[in-house]
This record gives sequence, structure tokens and C-alpha cells, in this order.
Amino acid sequence: MLELKSVEKTVGIETHIHPTDLTLEPGSFNILLGTTLAGKTTLMQLMAGLERPTSGEVWFNGKNVTGVAVQKRNVSIVYQQFINYPNMTVYENIASPLRVARMSGQEIEKRVGGLAEMLRISSMLDRRPSELSGGQQQRCAIARALAKESEMILLDEPLANLDFKLREELRDELPRIFQERDCVVVYATTEPTEALLFGGKTAAMHHGRVIDFGPTGQAYRQPVNLLAAKVFSEPPINTASITKKGARFVLNDKVHWPVPDRLKSLRDGAYTMGIRPHHVSPLKVGETPVAVEGIVHIAELSGSESMIHFDAYGDSWVSLSHGVHPFDAGAKATLYADVSRCLYFDEDERLVAVSEQREAV
Amino acid sequence: MNKTVNQKGWLFVAPVVLLVAFNALIPLMTVVNYSVQETFGDNLFFWAGLRWFVDILASPRFHDSLVRQLIFTFSILLIEVPLGVAVALAMPRKGIGVSVCLVFMAMPLLIPWNVVGSMWNIFALPDIGFLGWALNAIGIDYNFTQDPVDAWFTLIFMDVWHWTSLVVLLAYAGLVAIPDDYYQAAKIDGARPWAVFRYIQLPKMRRVLTIAVLLRFMDSFNIYTEPFVLTGGGPGNSTTLLSIDLVKIALGQFDLGPAAAMSLIYFLVILLSSWIFYTLMMRGEES
Repeated sequence: MLELKSVEKTVGIETHIHPTDLTLEPGSFNILLGTTLAGKTTLMQLMAGLERPTSGEVWFNGKNVTGVAVQKRNVSIVYQQFINYPNMTVYENIASPLRVARMSGQEIEKRVGGLAEMLRISSMLDRRPSELSGGQQQRCAIARALAKESEMILLDEPLANLDFKLREELRDELPRIFQERDCVVVYATTEPTEALLFGGKTAAMHHGRVIDFGPTGQAYRQPVNLLAAKVFSEPPINTASITKKGARFVLNDKVHWPVPDRLKSLRDGAYTMGIRPHHVSPLKVGETPVAVEGIVHIAELSGSESMIHFDAYGDSWVSLSHGVHPFDAGAKATLYADVSRCLYFDEDERLVAVSEQREAV
Repeated sequence: MNKTVNQKGWLFVAPVVLLVAFNALIPLMTVVNYSVQETFGDNLFFWAGLRWFVDILASPRFHDSLVRQLIFTFSILLIEVPLGVAVALAMPRKGIGVSVCLVFMAMPLLIPWNVVGSMWNIFALPDIGFLGWALNAIGIDYNFTQDPVDAWFTLIFMDVWHWTSLVVLLAYAGLVAIPDDYYQAAKIDGARPWAVFRYIQLPKMRRVLTIAVLLRFMDSFNIYTEPFVLTGGGPGNSTTLLSIDLVKIALGQFDLGPAAAMSLIYFLVILLSSWIFYTLMMRGEES
């Protein structure tokens, strides 16, 4: 179990990580989600012991390991760049941590063979990293990270440098690879989709703070505040200022819909609504479609999906829907927001409640 | 259609072809021309065939110069490459120290070669030069104008002083290009400094070091100005390297035929050795 206790990292006058408390269970798959510069890498380096926190403590399995050097911590890291020893074969690369640990030759052979099979690089053991494709190089790096029985494995955007197809492949395999491990897995990514695919727990990060942490599904459906909802939406979540007047929510005096039963007790006043792009469609779909009039900026049609950027009463909104829905730029359009999927935030941008408790993916 | 495209292509290649022709091929051909003839005054030429080549290859004087040249080149390579890598490793990676180091490193490279020779000549003179005076003052009998060993020591010392910087700069460029992640990964593996050097830094510097070795090899094989100014090939013939010998034959004795033949042999030796070097160092290096 890894515990960060008000861990803070400042460099000069810049704060890279604001005081953070975080507890990661053994055998758990934890995702750090956030844009570039959100502090994911720094937080990982603090977890690993590559960086020393400016203040606060890092505990591992009940022991204070603040300031304990990384090589004494039994952690592995997989980087965005494919880091392997350039002039060693794949076999030697995977075996290198085992050799440092003085494991017997037979044992090494068995272990490397098993890992290579699991990561499907068995036929490439004699090659050097430069002779492999990007995906295979990263597989080699992952095998190397798995070789020693680490208690913590950190993956820093390991799929970011791969092309789409290889990324999909490896993405499907990763959960299975880590399933049998009883270690703390931390996975940094900029993509909400990746977080949702892996499940586990997600920590949404923004400007050096962990703003939300919980089971991935819950963090997605019930983000604690508007910022967390923004971090956990791609394309970005659509927002608008609305007012609650009695039994109805009103958007820009024109659009209104009934307040769901559970929110009846809310006091009247100003709120912010958030709705993810795939719950806004040119078609009348969903349970409670509400018509929104807009002016189209641009419609991007890609194969079987349409992404329509439009202006909804002064806010820039995006609709992401199946099927091909061409629109001319500048055209008026009616789109339908499925308000049953709306998230509502109060004046402090905290989530007040979700309109439905069910799966909203 | 294809033909038109091809002819346009020639236009683009023409400048390079002209440049290489005037710069290298035509002068080389004049040398080839001289190397197969006997030349007298009044533009009298007699066909000599391969005689000069046979003479040169059989002459003990050429053998001695070639051996001296090889000893010189390999000595400076053996000193400058490891020293250059060591200095590059010791240089700071960030902060103001970087610029300071780089400026100091670049300085010897900016000094004209004949000035380097003169500087060291005066610096090493046993009576008035600081180096010569200091060595004698501490009891070492040193006089590079009379003792061949002292002359060689001074020659190599000068070249190391002059050219190690080049290796340093290239090796440093290779080092700073290694992403930090590699060092982190090595740290996590618990790798010792030697292992980091052997398995990360050295393989990552391989390309630039290949270039460094090649450049130093070719340049040191061609070296003329500095030893000419420093020792003039002496005492005796003890520091007469190939180029100095060549100039003696061509300009001193005005034997154009043998000098041209020797130039060509010299050229082929450099070409061949560079090719062998390059092939050896790039072996196993794909992509």
C-alpha cells in the first residue's frame, strides 16, 4: 500500500505538486488522468522516490520511505519513450534487472521466457531494440519492468508514442498483464477513454493537484466538481449557466426542462450544467431530448461519426454522434441534449447531484 | 515524359558536379597525369608508366615516413578519444558552467594552425620557452630540437592540446542528447556508474564517436602545418611525417613524378583506412 501524506513539491518559487494525500491499495490499477503539465510525471517520481518531496511523507506498506533511494524501493517504471539498453538483445534487456538481483541462470531463463510469451515478443529475443517496431520496443520495456517482482509499477503514458493500431492492441492486453500482480500499478494518461477502458481507480489531476480520486466509473459519472468533469471529458464537456425556477431548469430563457425528482429540494437560483458531447445529437435520441438551437461553426465527419461544433446561446458546444450528419458552417441547427445525462454544479462549481444513478457511459 | 524529368534533374545536379570537378576531380587528374610521366624543364614530358609507383612503394624512405605517420596517428587517437570522452563526461549538463566550458573547449580549435605550431615551438624551447625551461628546471633533460624522443613528446602533446576539444565537443553533443529517462531507468535498476557508461552512454555516443575518430584519423594523417612549424620534420628525419616528406620531394627536390605518385598512394591509404574504420565501427549498427 502506498500512502502520500501531504506530499508537496516546489522547485524555486514554482509549485509543481500542491500538498497531496493519496492512498493506493496493493493489487489496484490506478490512473492519473490529466493534461500535459498537470503534474502526473512529477507525482510519479515522488511516488517512486526519484524525487524527494519538499514537504510531506511517502509511506509504503506501513514504512516511511520518504527520501529512500529509488533502487532500494523495488519499483519499476515504463516511460513514454521506449527505454531499453541499446546494445543488449531483448533477452538481455529483460534479464538485466534479474542479473542485478543475482538470480540463477536457469531461473532467469524461465522468467524471461514467460514474460516474452505474455508480451508476445518470444520470437524477437535475439534482436536488439533498434531492430524492433515501436510497439515491440515498448513491450520489451514493459517486460523489463515486470521482470523483477516490483511492489509498485509506474507507467508514464506508455502508449502515447505508439501509433493508433499498436496502441489499441497493447491497451487491450495491459489489464490482463497486470491482473495477476499484487503490486500497486499507477498509469498516467492524458486520455479519458484510456482511463475508462482500464477501470480501476482514477485520480483526475489539474495544475499540480489531485482534484478527484475514486473508482473510475464513479469519477466519470460523478466528478466532484466542474474542473474534474472537464479533465475527465474528451471532447471537452459542454457547459452552460442555467437557472432553477421552481420545478424547471431554464437555459437562456428559451430552453427549459423539468427538474428531476431527486433535485426538487434544491433552492432556486443559478447553477451550471454540464453535458458530455455524446449526449448531444442532431437526432432526437435519449430519454429526455431537449431541443437546443445553435449556429454551426464546423461539422467534422469522420467515417461513422459526426462531431459538430456549434454555438449554443453564446457557449461553444460540441455534439458527438453516430452516423453522418453534414451541416454547413454558419447554418442554423437544432440539436438535442439528453438532459437526463446532465451534471449540475452549484455556484462554487461543486457537483450537486447527477440526474440518474445508472451507467452513463 | 520521363526524359524531360531526367534532363531537368541534371540541371539540379550540375552545380555539385562542377564544384566537385573543379575542387577535386580535375586537380586529382593533373596529379595522375604527373605521376605517370617524367618531367623536365621546358615542358618536356616522357612517359614513365608505373615506375614512380614502384619506386615509391619500394623506397625505405617512404616506409619510414609511413610508419612514423601511423605511429603518430594511432598515438593521438589512443590519447584524444578516451581523454575527450572523459572530459565530456566531467562537463556540467546545465547552468552557466556549460557555456563557460564550451567556450574554453572551442578556443584551441579557433587558433590558426601555423600559430599553434609557433606557439608550441616557442613554449617548448629549452632556453626561453616556459615548458622547456620548467622541465629542465625540475631536472629533466629536455630539448626537442635535438632529441627525437623529446620532439615526439612535444608533437603529440601539441596535437592533444589542439584537437582533444573536437572529440570533447562531439562526445558532449552525444551525451546531452540522451534523455534523462535512460538515467532514471538505470538508477531504478540499481546500475553502477560504470554500467551506465558501458550500457547507456557509450552505445548512445557511438555515432558521434565514429565521426570523431574518423575526423581525427583523417586530419592527423593529413597533418602538415603544425609539425612543419614545430620541428620541420627533425631532428634529422625523426618527425618527418608523410605530408612533410611529400612536400620535401615535390618542392624541395622538385621531383614531380615521384611526388605525384606518392600523393596518390597517400590518398589511397587514407581512403582505404577511413573506409575500413567506418565499416568496422558501424558493423552491427542497423537503422
